[in-house]
Formats: sequence, structure tokens, C-alpha cells
Amino acid sequence: MNRHVPPHIAAAEARANGEGAAGCTDVAPIKQRGQHEVFCGLTSIIWLHRKVQDAFFLIVGSRTCAHLMQSAAGVMIFAEPRFGTAIIDDRDLSGMADMYEELDKVVDRLIARRPDIRMLVLVGSCPSEVIKLDLGRAAQKLNARMAPHVRVLSYSGSGIETTFTQGEDNFLHALVEATPKAAPDAPRQLLVAGCLADVVEDQFTRIFNGLGIDNVHFLPARAAGEVPPIGANTTVLMAQPYLTETAKLLARRGADVLIAPFPLGEEGTTAWLRAAADAFDVPGDRFDAITGAGRERAAKAVSLYRERLEGKRVFFFPDSQMEPSLARFLSREAGADILEVGTPYLNKGHMAPDLALLPDTVRLAEGQDVDKQIDRCRADDPDLIICGMGLGNPFEAEGRTTKWSIEFAFTPIQGYEQAGDLAELFARPIRRRDLLQVEV
Amino acid sequence: MQLTVWTYEGPPHVGAMRVATGMKGLHYVLHAPQGDTYADLLFTMIERRKERPPVTYTTFQARDLGADTAEIFKTACREAVERFDPQAIIVGASCTAELIQDDPGGLAKTLDLNVPVIPLELPSYQKKENWGAAETFFQLVRGLAGGRTPEPKPEGAPKSCNILGPTALGFRHRDDVTEITRLLGALGVAVNVVAPMGATPHDLTRLPNADFNVVLYPEIAGTAAQWLKRTYRQPVVETVPMGVNATREFVREVAALTDTDPEPVIAEADERFSWYSRSIDSNYLTGKRVFIFGDATHAIAAARVAEHELGFKVCGLGTYSREFARDVRAAAQQYGVEALITDDHLEVEDAIVAAQPELVLGTQMERHIAKRLRIGCAVISAPVHVQDFPARYSPFMGFEGANVMFDSFVHPLVMGLEEHLLGMFREDFEFNDGAQASHLAALHAGANHETIEIPEARTAPDDKTQDLVANEGMAASFGSLSWTSDAEQELRKIPFFVRGKARRNTELFATEKGVNPITIETLYDAKAHFGR
Ligand code: SF4
Ligand code: SF4
Repeated sequence: MNRHVPPHIAAAEARANGEGAAGCTDVAPIKQRGQHEVFCGLTSIIWLHRKVQDAFFLIVGSRTCAHLMQSAAGVMIFAEPRFGTAIIDDRDLSGMADMYEELDKVVDRLIARRPDIRMLVLVGSCPSEVIKLDLGRAAQKLNARMAPHVRVLSYSGSGIETTFTQGEDNFLHALVEATPKAAPDAPRQLLVAGCLADVVEDQFTRIFNGLGIDNVHFLPARAAGEVPPIGANTTVLMAQPYLTETAKLLARRGADVLIAPFPLGEEGTTAWLRAAADAFDVPGDRFDAITGAGRERAAKAVSLYRERLEGKRVFFFPDSQMEPSLARFLSREAGADILEVGTPYLNKGHMAPDLALLPDTVRLAEGQDVDKQIDRCRADDPDLIICGMGLGNPFEAEGRTTKWSIEFAFTPIQGYEQAGDLAELFARPIRRRDLLQVEV
Repeated sequence: MQLTVWTYEGPPHVGAMRVATGMKGLHYVLHAPQGDTYADLLFTMIERRKERPPVTYTTFQARDLGADTAEIFKTACREAVERFDPQAIIVGASCTAELIQDDPGGLAKTLDLNVPVIPLELPSYQKKENWGAAETFFQLVRGLAGGRTPEPKPEGAPKSCNILGPTALGFRHRDDVTEITRLLGALGVAVNVVAPMGATPHDLTRLPNADFNVVLYPEIAGTAAQWLKRTYRQPVVETVPMGVNATREFVREVAALTDTDPEPVIAEADERFSWYSRSIDSNYLTGKRVFIFGDATHAIAAARVAEHELGFKVCGLGTYSREFARDVRAAAQQYGVEALITDDHLEVEDAIVAAQPELVLGTQMERHIAKRLRIGCAVISAPVHVQDFPARYSPFMGFEGANVMFDSFVHPLVMGLEEHLLGMFREDFEFNDGAQASHLAALHAGANHETIEIPEARTAPDDKTQDLVANEGMAASFGSLSWTSDAEQELRKIPFFVRGKARRNTELFATEKGVNPITIETLYDAKAHFGR
């Protein structure tokens, strides 16, 4: 079989041969320790609770945690959400009330109110971690009482341990831990890990089926009970870049975890699909036949925005760990000039393919000292700043153009059919800027 | 431990942030984990502030816990003073830092900073946002205005006052201040300092120079004003000028303090509320049932306006401000209802369903509840959202505030003639339950400019909403009663905005008379019995 060489592998090989072209692989990230301006892991519940339709996420935390959730998820007040906060109060802390008993009571009330819930997830917060409330133990005891009707899991989304998307990583880790090990002779399966929009899952399922990969599962699944047993029969394709802990656990389970660029844009999606296709020995012509139309559509859709994005100087503040992949897309497919790529945590292993495709002029920054990063950003004077909601308007007031980073986590952007939408997200603020005849 | 989905108030340090962000030249160093930085977006997004709140978060992590979180705090403090060059700083802990007991106040004192440091003790596991704001403002006032001698006034200088209470992220604070400043100006009173909003720490040192204090938001400035009264004998104007009559009383109270004649100011006021309310086309407002919930000050004022100035019937009154429960209870008694004191929005929702109002005056929380129940609603109090910061001038206080209230309380209602038409031609397909009163269309389109839409694709429809709409949120309050299908049909012909009331009255009537099941006859007997 004539081996197709994906671009990130070509770049890596070139580097091994001393031909340069290592991309951003060897760029040492700026690591500053100062004020972080990122959400904590609780925030990923905003999409997790919509994704897993029979799960309820019960945060055990403070009024701050509850307030964070409603501020970040303001819009969903309209429907009763499947998350809530058990707020620890004075009586709990002073020992006047037994916290485990209190938690039991909250859970009972909750389950009585929401009989549709099949999976209850206890989510730890900074306060619960600091006072060493053992939610694992609490979950075990609740499980003994409520399984099999309701399964109870726990993980930490606390801000002292996790940023934003790491919350999902911890949740998936807990989910895999609670999943049985597959029998040695279990049929081979593909597990796509990382939350995707339902519509994107359906598109990928069609493609995988077209490639002849029929046994495809997604993690998390849409219903609590749908995660299949996992073992050596499982090939894992990560759809999201923030699954450090989950990937480790899956590997320990004997699963084969593929490393590929993440499925953003035409190039990323193709390389990502190809990783699975190669693992399942899909013939090259079949791959081309199945992906051809999608590739064309993606390229065409992105080209509509290329003019607006080409040569634009872009600065990424850290948010979701998706930043290197987003930057790779923007640089390679839209011709943008990437100045700085901030990420709350850089998993060099998972990110290697994307980094290899980023020009070596890109500044990487892991972690944050927000004041210094703002200084760098102002000095760069970029055409577009991708930043958190706290920074957007202050930058706009300085006459700069911004995009909320959280929108990339909340919008379906993966896969061929969404490549144009992804480009449009970047292009919209620039288009608006060109359009408006008002100055601040 | 209490299960909470939505809260009316944030933690107390958010109250402190509202004070600090409203002020200038003050910086807040907050010992807190990284996730707590979400609070910035409240100000930059909801209020569209152009600057980041003046807050430095230490953002300590788990790995720091064993090591030296105190050192992290000290570094953050030092660097904040260097970078932002404030006139004073406040220091404190969020809920998590409170547990690790680093004592930010004590640590900051060891640093020899060249600015005043005001330590805050805000018990996160007991208190909430408004209390935090009040305590912060009080500590600032005591710390900066304490031990001063009021400067002597030049001969013939006008009487002056401080306006106390407005903060960042307050409901209409920006415009209330403008309106009340104008009103005081008309009375010949100069404004010495407005605080916290717009004041610097240095301005706070000048507070004692004023002749008296005007407290617009007792939830925030009550404690500080009492302290100023005790310390500098500054009288406090207690009337909150919200509504026509309260504004007139406010004018008279200020005039009494300054020996001026209030009547010309009252006579010349650009106030249209009274006439609009008296005009014949407002007849249909009579007896409209209104449910009111908010912070104590706004809820009490709205109730007075609704009942006495618009001729509505207050059918529910409540607050989430437990600190002011007594005042709200007293007010509720006047209207013959029992005050609802709670911070559980589900309880509020149940109370609204039970009260069957035609209009809800509340917070963003009640707006969402009312939307689900298809009842008209106006927002009168924090917690706020982006549309509570309108581009146009729209105070709630003073005479213009009364005008604004007329519009916002009346517009969500189905209008007089339109109401008759809906009743007469109820089978017209455009009048079906899905259709809104024509003037509401714009309002609903507007209500959609939500923050970030979670696209359908990534979300599943929540059927809870559907259920609530399907049963009009008007669950039969008398479980054992049944309706014949003819009677149900007839009930459906009644326009949706009065259907709940008709159902409730009929069931009440049926229960009293021992009728079961309810027939068409019962429905009309009840109608005759109760009148409209
Ligand atoms: S989602 Fe929109 S309407 Fe709802 S609270 Fe937020 S801004 Fe207000
Ligand atoms: S950072 Fe910690 S305390 Fe703050 S909201 Fe997140 S989990 Fe809660």
C-alpha cells in the first residue's frame, strides 16, 4: 500500500532529518506564574449536562460555585438545568451538621424531584477539596443505596486543580473508571473521546461507517448507560485536546490511543480521520472516496472567509486547551499570522501534530500571568484577540477587535461540515469591524 | 447544605467587587482560586464596562496549599500596588481562601505598602452579596472618613449632601444618580460626594463635610449612613424617591432639612405618571393582579406604585433580602398578602403560580419564570442582566423614574381595547394561545439577545419548559376536582392571560358549593359570582 504521509508527520520527519521545518515543536513555551484568568473545571458542566441527557451534575461547593455556574451559563436559566450546587454552609463547617448526611438529604430531594435521572455525578469544588470532603466515598455509599436505578460517580472540577476543559477530562476519567473492562475476545471498536455536538457525532459516524468501521462509540455517550466496555479491543481517537487524564487511563486499560491533529478544518479533520483509517487498515482509495466530498466542501466553505483572515495577526489568550489546534487551522487554512498561543496547559504529546504544523515564529505560553500577557498583547497590537469574557470589552474599548474564546467550546466546529463555521467565527468580528461606522 | 440552581445574590466578595468597581483609585486584592475570576465578566459583559474590575486575584492552586499561599498573597499585593498605583487597597478572601485562614489583612499590614489597607472580613458561608457590599462600603467609610474634622463651610455656601449607595452592577444606579442629583440641584442642594459609584478613596475622606446624607439603596449604604450619623451627626434622608408620592415625600424631607420651599419643585416637575394613570384609557389597569419580588427597597417601592399609583392589586410581595425581611413583612401586611422571604427561586415560582398574577414585577429570575408562564413581566431589581443596562436614560428614581415605571409596568400588559377584542373574537386564529399581544412582539424578540446561545445541536431540548407552557403553569390548585370535557373546552376559549384566573375562581367556587365535576354551568356561575 502506498503510504500517504500526513503533513504533521512529514514535518516531524523533516525535523528528524535535520531539515528544519519542525514547526512550533521545539519552541519553549513562556511559563509565567501570576494571576490566571480562566474558568475552573466546573464550567464544563455547561455542555456536559446537556450532552448526557439522563445525568445530573451536583456540585458540592460554595455560593461562589453556584454563582459562577449561573453567570457563565446565564442563558440556560430558561430551562431547568440538570445541574445544581449543594452549598456548604456554616453549620456544615462548624460540625453542627454531618456533611455526608446533609449531602444524602440533598440527593434524596433531588432524585425525588427528578425521577428521570439515571446518573448522578458529584462534582468536587475548591471548598470541598480544601476541607477534604471525600466525594468518592460519598458516591460509593450512595451507589450502594441507589444502584442500579441511579449510578453515582464523582470527580473534581475545582479551580485549585482544574481549568475549564480539564473538568470534562476528569469527568470522562470517572466515567471510564466506572466502565467494565472489555473481554479479551471482544470485537474491535473505535472510541471517539471528548464531547462533540450531536450533529458532529452523526456526521463522523457516517464517515466511519463509510470507511468500514462499524463499531463506533462516543465518550461521553448521550445516555449514561451507553458507554461500552473498554479494553485492548478499543482504539481511541481523541476529538478534544484536553483529555490528558482520560487518555492515560484508557491506555492503562489496554486501549490504543491514537495521536493526530485535532479535527478542525479540512486538513485537521482529514489527518484525524486518517489516523483512525490507518489503525483500521482502511485502503487509501476507499479513504479518498469517502472523504473526498467533505474535503472539497470544507475547503470551499473556508475559502469564503480566507480573504478576510489572510495575513491577520492573531493573539490567543488561554482558555480551553484548544488554542494550538485553533491556531494551526487559522494559520494553515486561512493564512492568518499567529502571534501568541496561550493555553492553560500544554500536553506536548497530544499536541505534537498540531504544534508541528504551526510556524516556529509563534510564541507559545502555558499557564498565565494575565497582566503581563495583556502587556504583550498590547505591544503586539494584533488584528484579532481571542480572549475570555472578562477581557473582551476592555480590549474593545481600546479600539481592538476581539472574539470570546468560550464560543469555540460552545459551538460545533469540528469536522468537514463545520470548517466554514469555524472560519466564520474568526472572521465575524473582523467583518463587523469593517462594517461599522462608529468609533469608541 | 442547601440545593441551589440559581441564586439571587452572589457571595459577599462579589458585593465588595461591586463597591470597588464602582469606585475609582481603589484596588481589591482577593485571595481566591482561578475560577473565581469569572466575576470579572459580570462587569465587563453584563454592564459592558470598559475597564477590567480593579481586582487582583491570587489564583493559588492545590499544589500551593501545602507550600506557601500566604507568600503568593503578599506577592500579588505588592505587585498590584506597584502596577495599579491605587490610593488605597482593600484585601480579603473568597470562600476557598477563608478556609485556609491566611489572614489577608494581617499579611498586607506586614508589607509596608505606602497606601492605606482596609481589610475585609466577609464570611462567605453565612452572608451574601448585598451584605458584602454594605460591609465593604462601611469599612471603607470608617477607615477613610473616620477621625476627620468637617471643614468649615464658606459663608453663603449652599447646603450639601452625599448620595450614598450606588455601585457597579446595580439596577439603574447610573441613571438614578443623575436624576436625583438634578432633583437636589432644583432644591438648591449641592452634592458633596456620590459614593461608592464614581468616588475615589480620597473623596471618601470628604464625606463628613456634607450637611446630610441621601441613601438611595439602604441594602448597600444603610450601615455606612448610620455610622456617619452617629459619628458626624449627619442626618439621613430615609425616603427612597421611587414612585410619584415617594419622590414628593423625598423632596419635602430634603426641603425640611435645608429650610427651602419644596412646592415649586413639585409643581414644576416633568412628571407624566399621574396624568397617564388618571387618564381614561388606564381604566383597564384597575385591579390587575401583580406579583412583586426583588430586593427589599425595590419590591416595597414597586408595591406602593402598583397599588396606590396605578390601581393594581398586589397579590404577592416578597424579597430575597433577609436582612430587610421585617420591612417587607410590614409592607405586605398593608396589601393583605403574606410576605415571601426566600432565596429559593423554585419557591418564588410556586408562589407566582399560586397567586395567578396578570403581571410580575421582579428580577431576571422572575422574568424567566413569567416568560414560561406567559405572564407579562417587568424587571425592577437586581440581579440584573445585560438588558437592564439600556442605552437610553432610564432611571427608576425621581420624577423621570416614575415616568419610566409607568411605561415599564404597563407595556407588558395586554392593552384595554385589545383585551376586549381578544375576548370577543377568541377563535380568530391570530388570537390563539401562541400569539402574543401585538405590542409584545418586539419585546419578545428583544428578550432573545441572550448571552451565548448553546446551539441546539450540542444540547437536548428540555421538556420541562414544554410542560410548563402546556399546563399554562396554572396547575389546578384543587387536586380532587375534575372538569367535564365541555367545560375544559369552554375554558380554553377564554384568552390565555385571564384563563388561569378563571380556572382558579371556578375551582374555588366549585369547592365552596361542593360541585364536582365542573360543568359549563359551574364556569358561568362562578363568573357571575366573582365578577371580573
Ligand atoms: S440569558 Fe439573556 S435574558 Fe437570560 S439572563 Fe442572560 S442575558 Fe438575561
Ligand atoms: S474556583 Fe473553586 S470556589 Fe471558585 S467557582 Fe470554581 S470550584 Fe468554586
